[in-house]
Formats: sequence, C-alpha cells, structure tokens
Amino acid sequence: MGAILSTHKVTKRFGGLVAVNSFEIDVQEQSISSVIGPNGAGKTTFFNCITGFYTPTEGEIIFDGHYIQGLSTDRVTQKGISRTYQNIRLFSKMTAIENILVGQHPHLKTLWFEALYKSRRFLKEEAEALEESIRLLNFVGLSGMGDHVAHNLPYGAQRRLEIARALASKPKLLLLDEPTAGMNPNESVELMHFIRRLRDELGITILLIEHDMKVVMGISEEIWVMDFGGKIAEGTPLQIQRNPRVIEAYLGRGAASGLNLTEEGEEA
Amino acid sequence: MNILKENFRTTMLRFGLVGSIVALYLAAVGMIETFAPRMLIGTSITLGHVFLLLAAVGSGFFSARELKEHSLGITATAGFISGAVSSLFLVILTFVIQFFVIQADQGSIFKLREMFVNFSPTLLEFLTFGKGLILGNILLIGLFGIMGVLGASFSFLPKRIRKGWINGLAWVFGIGLFSENVGQIFREFNGTSLNKLLFTGKSLNPIAALLIFAIVFAAGYYGVKTATNNKWKTFSPDQQKQGRLIFTVLGILFLVALPWMVGLFLSQALFIIGMYVMMGLGLNIVVGYAGLLDLGYVAFFAFGAYTMGILTSTGELGRVGFSFWAALPFAVLAGVLWGLLLGFPVLRMRGDYLAIVTLGFGEIIRIMALSNWLASLGGGAQGILHIPQPELFGLVLDSPQLMYYLVVLGALLAAFVTIRLRDSRLGRQWMAMREDEDVAEAMGINLVQTKLLAFSIGAAFSALAGAIFAARIGNIFPHSFNILISMNAISLIIVGGLGSIPGVIVGAIILIGLPEMLREFAEYRLLMYGFLLIIMMIAKPEGFWPEKRRRQELKDERDRQLASQTAELEN
Repeated sequence: MGAILSTHKVTKRFGGLVAVNSFEIDVQEQSISSVIGPNGAGKTTFFNCITGFYTPTEGEIIFDGHYIQGLSTDRVTQKGISRTYQNIRLFSKMTAIENILVGQHPHLKTLWFEALYKSRRFLKEEAEALEESIRLLNFVGLSGMGDHVAHNLPYGAQRRLEIARALASKPKLLLLDEPTAGMNPNESVELMHFIRRLRDELGITILLIEHDMKVVMGISEEIWVMDFGGKIAEGTPLQIQRNPRVIEAYLGRGAASGLNLTEEGEEA
Repeated sequence: MNILKENFRTTMLRFGLVGSIVALYLAAVGMIETFAPRMLIGTSITLGHVFLLLAAVGSGFFSARELKEHSLGITATAGFISGAVSSLFLVILTFVIQFFVIQADQGSIFKLREMFVNFSPTLLEFLTFGKGLILGNILLIGLFGIMGVLGASFSFLPKRIRKGWINGLAWVFGIGLFSENVGQIFREFNGTSLNKLLFTGKSLNPIAALLIFAIVFAAGYYGVKTATNNKWKTFSPDQQKQGRLIFTVLGILFLVALPWMVGLFLSQALFIIGMYVMMGLGLNIVVGYAGLLDLGYVAFFAFGAYTMGILTSTGELGRVGFSFWAALPFAVLAGVLWGLLLGFPVLRMRGDYLAIVTLGFGEIIRIMALSNWLASLGGGAQGILHIPQPELFGLVLDSPQLMYYLVVLGALLAAFVTIRLRDSRLGRQWMAMREDEDVAEAMGINLVQTKLLAFSIGAAFSALAGAIFAARIGNIFPHSFNILISMNAISLIIVGGLGSIPGVIVGAIILIGLPEMLREFAEYRLLMYGFLLIIMMIAKPEGFWPEKRRRQELKDERDRQLASQTAELEN
C-alpha cells in the first residue's frame, strides 16, 4: 500500500506570517494518522490547504495520483477528500436527512430539470439517495433523528451527523478537525472506536487533528507534530511520546529537561 | 403589597403614555380623520373610531399582560386606567385645537395649522363626538377606559372564551370593513334579501354584526375547528385521499368562479395579486431558497414587459408585430438572459454587498429605459404604446376577469416549478448554499452553476409577470418599473414567511390585495407597510405562514413507534 496523500513542501503565508512552513506528510492508504501541535501551530490552515479552502503559497499536494493544490473545494471533494470542521458547520436549518442528502451531491447525476417532469432516472436516484442517507444515519447511530432540524440535535449528535455528511460523498480520505472537541472522556473513547470502525468497515483513510492525547495515541498509526507551521517530529505514537522536541513544544523548555523521558516511554 | 402597588402604577402609566403618544400620532398624521368616513357598523362606528381606539386597546392589553398573574379585578382595572391614561394627549389636543386653531387670532404670528394641517375643527368634532369640550372629553376618557378593558380582556379571559372573542371581533371588523365588496359578492348570487339583512347602506347592520359575532364566537367556543380535525383523522387513508381530491376540485372550481363572483373591480385586484404571487414565487427561489438577497427584482419584470412591448406593439415602436403567445417565450428568455448577465458579476458577492449591487442594477434598467440612447427601441419617457391584448382561439382577453385566468395559470406554473425543484437535488443545493456557502462548496456543490440557476429561474417568473402586465395595461412607461415593485415583492415574501409557498400567497393578499381594496387610503400605504413590517419582525419573524420541513426518514407516527421498538429490541 502506498501513500494516498502526499504533501511536498506545502507553505502558506499570510503577508509576513508563515502559517504553514514546508510541511510534508505521507498518509498511507487505509491508515489512521494524526497531525498534532499546540494551539495556533497551523494545523487547520494545513487542512484548509489540502481541501482547497486556501491555495498553498508554495508546494504540491498529491492525492491519489493527482496534483490537487489550488483546486476549488468542490473539485477536491469530487476527487474523494471529505472533511469535518473544528466548530461544527452543519446546515443548521435543514433536517439531518437533508444534510446527508446534500453530502451525497457529488454522486447524483440527474440534471436539474429532470425534477420538473420526474423522470424515471430522477425518481430512482432520489429514492436511492434517501435510502443511503437513512443507512448512513443508522451507521452513525442517529436512527430516528433524521427529521430533526440539525441545530436542535444534541452536541454529540451534531458531531456524528457531520461525520455522516462527510461520509455521504463516499470519500477515500476523511479529514477530521478535532472531532472530540467538547466531548467528555467517555464520549471521546466511544468516538475513537467509531473512527476505527470507519477505517475497518469502510476502508477509508483517516487523517485527524486532535488535542485529546488519549485519542491520538490510542488510534494513530502515524503522527506528525506541528509547531509554528513547521514539522518538528514524525513517527509512531511511541516515538512521539519520547521525542524531547515534542515535549518542549507542548510544555516549554524547562519542563522538558525536568522529565524522565525513558521511563514514561516504557510505561506507554 | 407596596411592591404590587408600585408595579401597578408604573405599568399603567408607562403603557398609558405610550398609547397616548400613538393616539396623538395617528391624529397628527390625519389617519383618524381620513378613516372616519369609512363606516363599519351602522353609521356610528367607523374605521376612524377603530384607529382612534387602537391605542387604548393596545395599552390595555400590554398592561394587563404585564400584570397577568394578578386577579381579574386588578388586571381589568389596570386595563381601564391605562386605557383612560392613553387619552391624555388627545384631551390636551382638543383644548389646543379649540384655543389655538378655532379661536386663534387672525393676526397672531403663531399659526398652529400651518405646521399641523390635520389639527382641524372636524377632528375636534370627531374626538368630542360633537358634544362640546367638557362632555365630549368625559366621553372620550370613558370610552378609552372601556377600550382599555377590552384590550385587557384579550389577556385575562380564559383561553376557550378568548379565542372566540378575538375571532368574533376580527370577523365583524373584516366584514364591516369590506361591506361593499361582500355585498357585491352576494349580489352576484342573487342574494339581495341577504344583503338587506346584513347591510344598511355601505356598512354592516348592527344586528347582523351581533349575529356574526355570535356565530363566530360559538364556533370558537365549541372548538369546531379541532373537532373537524379530529373527525378527519378518524377517516381511513382511502377516505382521506378521496376527501383531498374533493377539496382540490372544489378549490379549482373556486379559483375559476372567483372573478365572476367578485365583479370587475375586485377582479383587477385579483389580477394584481396573482401577478405578485408569480413574482413572489420567483423571488422566493432567489431569496428564500438560495439566500441571495436581490433588491433589484423589478429589472426582470421590466425586461419581460419591454420585450413583450417591443415585439407586439402595434404602435410606431412595434416593428415585429408578434402575437402575445409568440412573444411570450422571448420575454421569458430575455428575463433569463438578464438573470445570467446579472448573475455573473455578482457571483462572488455575499449578503449586504449583493443587496446593494442588485439594487443598483434594478435602477440601471429603469434609467436606461428612460434614456435617449435607447429611445428608438423603448420609447424613452414616452414608453411603448398600443400593446395588444392576448387572444386565445379568437377570444380577446380584454377584461380583468379573463386576464386573471392567465395570471392564475402563471402562478400555478410558478408554484409547480418551485415545489418540484425544492424537493430535488437543486433545491437542497440552494438551501445548503443559503445556510453556509463555504461548506456547501466543500460538499462538492458548484456555486457558480447553482447561483446562476437561482437567478435565472427567479428571473423567468418575474419576466413572465412583466409580459402579462404589459399586455394587460397596454402602455408601458419607465416609471412603472420603479424600486417600489422590488420592495413590494421582497416585503410580501418576508411577511408571508421566507421560503414558504402558501406564505407568498398570504403575503400578496395582505400587502397587495388589501391596499388595492382600500384605495381611498393610498396615502397611508407605505406608513402601514412600515408599521406592519416592524410588527412582523418583532412578533412573528418567521412570517404568517412559515415553511414546514418535509419529513423524510419516518413518514408518520407509526413508523416512529416501529423504529423505537426495534431500537429497544436491539439493546
């Protein structure tokens, strides 16, 4: 299995500020990996570069054998990358089912005016799309909530609905931006198992931004650590936990020198 | 007890004074005097009285609502006192008119009526019921107090009585206000005897008014509506289906018969309502579904009208001489093309910026039509004359009744297209774009295509309405296409409920139909508009008939129970 997503010296500058600095990752197909780093390190900016919200100032992004840097977000989605957002961004006045139906957009092929005379193709496609939406709704554990307006759903359900919407476009790569933000430890663990299920059952490659170290260390196969836009470490969870530069970035220089690193690593 | 007293006093004073200011304002702008000749019941209760006493009813209602948790006696007293207080400024006004207007020195420098033209002796007469200053004012204060209690009753009556009470008053008011129109409808049914029973002269007979009130009140009290609903639910699905079919047929028959029932004048009003329904449905796609605030909607209307004019006119500007039907597709196409033309430059704009640019585009069309540059095509300020009326199988659609059918067909077409598209992929694209443009794009939606489709489909209906409008009135001038049309269209979809199809119809009836029926008060039209919009935004921001979300996952309650049962079994 090769890399499904490779970034090559991706740099994003906003005026004089370098938000992402020559960041390079290789995401293996059907893996679960994470980008971590302190607040303001540039992780979300990096995600935005991959998904087309921003055009990288320099560098290349190769997804599934195609260069995708500079494509608009809808084109990137059509290539097979889907994402969720740090602060939930559902279509809040639409129902849960409608949210998922919108997510299926790239796979619907009927032309707009076919809806006027309800062509057979249109009816078939709509029925299938609805069925698929209900299936996804059940998959993320929201059965029975499909007719609720999205902003009336509880917080955890909104998170899961956002994942269902992202799954609806049948992505090869799913980017999750802090999926456990605002969740309690139990919910986080539950979500961790759910993410693993996504990979195991649907074969989707998953790239996370996450602050909850328990989740990151628990499910990631590979981790990249970002600080001030640059990569300061990469490796398996075990390697990252032992890396003095990572501890320094998170806790500061003084704290890092005071820790007994080898012992902690052995515990893990 | 002290706290209660203080609360009681401040509440009554506050709402009383606000009511007083409102009453003075209504008198000062001349509404009370203008509305005084429109009789509601007999010759003694007029629309002027309603407006005069509106303030008292309002202040009574609000102070009673504030003191809701107290006993009936306290709320009723509060209503009475705040109602009476709200007459304060009017009482002062009667003296002002008496001493500074009627008895004013001819040589005096201070001439009140030069500033306040509406402070006339007639107003004084009306305010004091022709009984002189002292007795008249006592009557005025007393009446305001009683109206305050009436307002308070909307709050303190038990729910069951309240509903019938309010509905009864509303019905009497509505029928009284439109006595002539209702009478006209009855006359068409050969019901002169019924007319004699109900109406005296141009207003409602007092006994008939009581009768109407009693019927509506009883219907409300015995819950006829909920009873009917419950009965409906006991029918089997097949019976319900048949019932719906019957109602649809009856609805169509009603629409067909309507213009012949209401006569010529109201048919013209119906025609205009239908035209605005068509435009409202089109604009609803752009604003309600796609969330693109378009304030220059009149541009498409003008394009449709001018295309129709140029292609069909038999005057000197008409060079082609098409028939109405041949020109219609071109008119719609012109609207669509203009929609695309407008769409391209504003694709990247959002919210307020889009509103400003479309506003400008709307004005550009009007000014271009006025200019000399295009005078050879559109006639400049002289406009296009002699646009023939449409002809169908030798029948010239020359009356408002016949044109009404054309407009209803157009509106039905617009409703059909709106419903079909709303429930399709495109409708979801629009709504997703309205909710969050960035995320919608990240879901794979092509924003350029989606926006242009919204603009051009919306434009098509506006152009269609414009084309029919041109054929109906025969002559079109640039000043017919001013910004007020855009404002009407946007207000009616907001008042009706953004994104709601029945809402568009309700909005058109309220904002277009009512002013057409109350033509004599046209000078207050915009004032009432503003008032209504403010009230709507505060009290009912979702509109009179808000959009309902479709249920897709679970079709009905039985499905829901089934789902919860299976969920339980799985656990």
